[in-house]
Amino acid sequence: MTDEPAKGASRRTFLKGSAALGAGALAASAAGAEGADPLITEVQDWASSFGDAVDASPYGMPIRFESHVVRRNVEWLTESPVSSINFTPIHALEGTITPQGCAFERHHSGAIELSKADYRLMINGLVDTPLVFTFEDLMRFPRATVTAFLECAANGGMEWGGAQLEGCQFTQGMIHNMEYVGVPLRYLLEEAGVQAEGKWIYAEGADASSNGRSIPMEKALDDVMVAFFANGEALRKEHGYPVRLVVPGWEGNMWVKWVRRIGVYDQAVESREETSKYTDLMPDGRARKWTWVMDAKSVITSPSPQAPVRHGKGPLVITGLAWSGNGKIAKVDVSLDGGRNWQEARITGEAKSKALTRFHLDIDWDGSELLLQSRATDETGYVQPTKDALRAIRGLNNVYHNNGIQTWWLKSDGEVENVEVA
Amino acid sequence: SPALAEKMGLGRAALPEEIAAWDVSVLPDGTGLPEGEGDVLTGDEVFADKCASCHGEFAEGLDSWPVLAGGAGTLHDRRPVKTIGSYWPYLSTVFDYVHRSMPFGGAQTVTNDEAYAITAFLLYSNGLVEDDFVLSNENFTEIVLPNAEGFYPDDRAESEYPLFSAAACMSECGPEVKITKRAVEINVTPEDPDGRPAGTLPDYMASAMGAAP
Repeated sequence: MTDEPAKGASRRTFLKGSAALGAGALAASAAGAEGADPLITEVQDWASSFGDAVDASPYGMPIRFESHVVRRNVEWLTESPVSSINFTPIHALEGTITPQGCAFERHHSGAIELSKADYRLMINGLVDTPLVFTFEDLMRFPRATVTAFLECAANGGMEWGGAQLEGCQFTQGMIHNMEYVGVPLRYLLEEAGVQAEGKWIYAEGADASSNGRSIPMEKALDDVMVAFFANGEALRKEHGYPVRLVVPGWEGNMWVKWVRRIGVYDQAVESREETSKYTDLMPDGRARKWTWVMDAKSVITSPSPQAPVRHGKGPLVITGLAWSGNGKIAKVDVSLDGGRNWQEARITGEAKSKALTRFHLDIDWDGSELLLQSRATDETGYVQPTKDALRAIRGLNNVYHNNGIQTWWLKSDGEVENVEVA
Repeated sequence: SPALAEKMGLGRAALPEEIAAWDVSVLPDGTGLPEGEGDVLTGDEVFADKCASCHGEFAEGLDSWPVLAGGAGTLHDRRPVKTIGSYWPYLSTVFDYVHRSMPFGGAQTVTNDEAYAITAFLLYSNGLVEDDFVLSNENFTEIVLPNAEGFYPDDRAESEYPLFSAAACMSECGPEVKITKRAVEINVTPEDPDGRPAGTLPDYMASAMGAAP
């Protein structure tokens, strides 16, 4: 190399200079036949003086170098930021558990502040005894746990018409996955005594939007949970503190936050959020309603547009997420050539039912262009379709439930684009 | 999870006035409708006062706020206009949602009679009633919206799951593909100062020794 640092020049100056040469040159220098690395040979401050004391941060935040790992919003998507969406930085995360502080939000009238003292839950309608519970009451019921993904019905909805947003945070990031603890809704319904005509529940929140949704009694008695804890601690304000519904496998809209009332009815309410919204227009001008389940889906989170390959040729980790509202992920296939040929990836960790599942495929990248895709298969045998296969049935105006296969164009310079192929 | 052998004895009976305060849902068959009435002209006045600053004087929508009227016959279009008149199936939802969650930022300030009047006005704005129409709990369920039959329950189990549950091709699957669409050509993603998509991972090999990105 010709730009070897002059004696006395800092390592930082040297690295900044060589970065301009491109990823290949930098990789070569870091691999280092250029002499001893001063980060090793010189005593660094952190190896000599003190770090922060244990009383510096009673509740810590990520180190500043991770400041890119935050929620992002896209202003033009909605007319008001209090009835809007933001996106989980899935491009930068690993494993399956979403840190609550950067787990996406979707509100219809903002994130309200509701204390445990002010919290009330009512169960009424076709029950023997309509009941009111305080938060303290709820904490005395036997508890259960479930780890589940919450995916917004609109996740990827902007991509129905073509490749639009640049980065899996934006195209697949209306999702989070947490370990919940709470009370099965069944226990609360049993306490009130559901009458025989009670075929539906209607759950609504304490916020101004209410977000009321109808859920068939069968699901309500199966695995719906009234949750207080997520990833070990109380729910975040923006995720429904102090109580939300957890509805495993079903569209995020139904996970009613700040839930204040469960009404039992003989029919669906057909509320705004299940008529005007969360209904899926089809080519014949009619629309599907009650499309509750989120189908099998996956995305490669790195490489991706926000996670370019900067290290040059050679070993490359392909990592991604797969999930299905219809059960466990059975396998994930990865293609490097836009879907012509596939190889089975590795499930890293456990494939839990209706929960995010991590997959990896390790390749030796020769620097050529790739068209990366992932394809999830769940335990029912359902194979994640292409976008074109979905459009052939549903047209372009479904708005919701886009689980089509994502393609990333990895270019020879390591940059990655959101594309469609045909 | 364990079944409870008997009731826990937790909670207390809800009082009628508590249920009345919180259960204001209206179902498609009219269950839940309170007594009351309102006419189109009253609805026009209330709408002008409480709604038109976002939704327009004729419920046509201002700027990018939701359009509440119009769009009839557009559900097959490339860009459908889905409104109460063109898309919504049930009038119950209009009354329920307005009464419960509107005006945006000042919800639950609309009286029962005002909710009937606004609903009557929205029917008029959508060309569905005359301007002397009076809506009440008595005649409410006689109103049938144009798209009442426009919805069907999720049929993916029949129309999609069998198609997508065949054994998947693993090699030599069809002809070579070409790139047909690129998000960069639309260029609407929030950006970092360097022009990359917002939140792009920092090039940390170029920022060693604490040079924060």
